[in-house]
Amino acid sequence: MSVRVIAAMSGGVDSAVAAARAVEQGHEVVGVHLALSSNPQKYRSGARGCCTIEDSHDARRAADVIGIPFYIWDMAEEFHDGVVENFLSEYAAGRTPNPCLRCNEKIKFAAVLERARALGFDAVVTGHYAQMRETDLGRTMHRAEDPLKDQSYVLAVLNKEQLDGALFPLGDTHKEEVRKEAKRRGLYVANKPDSHDICFVPSGNNASWLHDRLGTQAGPIVDESGNKLGEHQGAYTYTIGQRRGLNLTIPADGGVPRYVLKIEPVSNTVVVGSKESLAVSSITGENSIWCGPKPVEELPLRGFAQIRAHGQPLPCTYIVSADHISVELDDPLLGLATGQGLVIYDEDRVVGSATVSATA
Amino acid sequence: MSSYFDHAATTPMSQVAIDALNSQILKLGNASSLHTQGRSVRKDVEEARETLARVAGCSPSEIIFTGSGTESNNLAVKGFYWKRNREDSERNIIVISAFEHHAVLDPVEWLEEHEGAHIIQAPVTSDGVIDLEALAQIIEINRNRIALIAVMHSNNEVGTIQPIHEVVELAGDIPVHTDAVQSFGKVTFNFQELGVTSATLSAHKIGGPLGIAVLILQRGIDVTPILHGGGQERDIRSGTLNAPSIVSFAAAADDADRHRAERGERIRELRSYLIDSLRSVIPDIRVNGAVEPSLPGIANLTFPGTESDGLLLLLDAEGIASSTGSACSAGVPRPSHVLLAMGISERDARSSLRFSLGATNTRAEIDHLASVISSVVERARAALARK
Repeated sequence: MSVRVIAAMSGGVDSAVAAARAVEQGHEVVGVHLALSSNPQKYRSGARGCCTIEDSHDARRAADVIGIPFYIWDMAEEFHDGVVENFLSEYAAGRTPNPCLRCNEKIKFAAVLERARALGFDAVVTGHYAQMRETDLGRTMHRAEDPLKDQSYVLAVLNKEQLDGALFPLGDTHKEEVRKEAKRRGLYVANKPDSHDICFVPSGNNASWLHDRLGTQAGPIVDESGNKLGEHQGAYTYTIGQRRGLNLTIPADGGVPRYVLKIEPVSNTVVVGSKESLAVSSITGENSIWCGPKPVEELPLRGFAQIRAHGQPLPCTYIVSADHISVELDDPLLGLATGQGLVIYDEDRVVGSATVSATA
Repeated sequence: MSSYFDHAATTPMSQVAIDALNSQILKLGNASSLHTQGRSVRKDVEEARETLARVAGCSPSEIIFTGSGTESNNLAVKGFYWKRNREDSERNIIVISAFEHHAVLDPVEWLEEHEGAHIIQAPVTSDGVIDLEALAQIIEINRNRIALIAVMHSNNEVGTIQPIHEVVELAGDIPVHTDAVQSFGKVTFNFQELGVTSATLSAHKIGGPLGIAVLILQRGIDVTPILHGGGQERDIRSGTLNAPSIVSFAAAADDADRHRAERGERIRELRSYLIDSLRSVIPDIRVNGAVEPSLPGIANLTFPGTESDGLLLLLDAEGIASSTGSACSAGVPRPSHVLLAMGISERDARSSLRFSLGATNTRAEIDHLASVISSVVERARAALARK
């Protein structure tokens, strides 16, 4: 079925090939580059970040080659309010947010999709690696063919209505094939490096970017009994499970390495302790979102939990309640920060997601 | 069907200009060479210069060929500033209208940032005309410190013609530059009668080729050059003369001049027809800068409750070309500084589109626009409402 779609084109190889494939599938495609910064950098530095003027030029050239109209949409305000501000306030609250999840949830498949729908388009096509399939459960989202590129984790924040307006033409292909295809299609971006890190932190130095915005907030580093071991310049620069850079002056008994166990924003305290204390078996997630049918409530279900974009799927039993998900892992995991995305899989199908609110 | 309403951006080349370009481009010779071929090309260039001088109301020696309207404006603005500031270092003020084209605004801002210039923007009225009383005050207070005054002959976004003659009278012996890119060939423009010190003309706005323009600069007045080299064009603009484009420009100017009255009248009628047709479907559109005298073909319209980039996308999909005004370097549409200077709110500025008509437009193209505008505006309104 032919539909009218907006191809979100970052200037990278994936979104360019995705747009080209959408055209080939017979859709009427319009390319759009999202301007996410009101003050973009001129050039891309290495593999870091995106959204520079050079990226918008690359996106335009890809659209030319594919032969589709191309426009730039200003989403800087939405991005700042929905993603950057959220990133800062989450860190300030002692959590470790994932801004790519927020961007998919609030920008690409919210602001952009809604605008596209209002303008008379049916869907947004992106270069994400994930697969939409028609199954007995309806239209459901699954992991990509290429396990190294699978991005179903960062898309698990999309609800059914959003996913109904999403096309991911690259889900069945390995990245290497996508690069070859880009070359075959004459797309100049075929060899452009993948982007890494957080796009709005162009230096790649998260801690110093946060420090510039949140300032110095000195506070104590304590052990599990509350004994002060040292001082930090801002609890937000630490993450659960971190071992390096603690600069503790008082050595631990027997010299065992110490890890960040907890960040307490109200008292501005960082708690450290042994590796064993990092172990997490129970995870509670709130603000749950279902990518397909909502699982039956209050019934223990078997599945897999994933808590990082490229983390392992962890076998678990989970129970869905009205407003949260409780997960019991078969084997404990070491170090999990609140604020991270918890994604539940049924084999390769994405069931849904929640934000980690408590661990034990 | 394709309907083109962006003639103020660029307009199709006239047949005489295409013919002139095609024949001249086959001709060998550098106009600066001393041999037969060089002299022959030089003769063609000088004849073209005379034609342009006749149409623009200046003397041939006052015409300096450049590569673009932007270059001409940079040459005038920077050239006058450097020259006059060197003569008297107290002279560091540049007075411009608040809605100059970026080709004037940006070099002036550059001079402020890098060369110690001070900008004073003369306000414009809500109708889109420079406020002469305010300008008179600015000049009176700062007279000895003003390096130059730049006011466009007509505004490229709303089409209003500016009282340049009055500006020149207020200026006295201060040089006045006018960007006449949108006026030349479309409305009365006579350099000597206006009394300005310099003026910018561009070929591709009147059916000539891209990449050729003119700075008319009064005889006996030299500005500091930007390009140094072979000393062409009174030593003010070095660089091999682009003979094919120059000859083609002259052919286009002559053609535009011959048909100016009759084309102007027809385009003005089409403009009224466009506004009436759209208003009958979208009654709440507003016309910005609807005051005479004006360029015949510009209709700047506010469609309340929409965003102009959404309108442009949807019209483009129907084969209709329009313009949202300027974009930043990343291509993001910005609310027009012209409309903001006229006191229009940022919200309304972001809801405005420019339709600019030219010699090739037809009623059928306007009927095409009118037939789709209702559904386009409805969708653009829905897109804004979702915010």
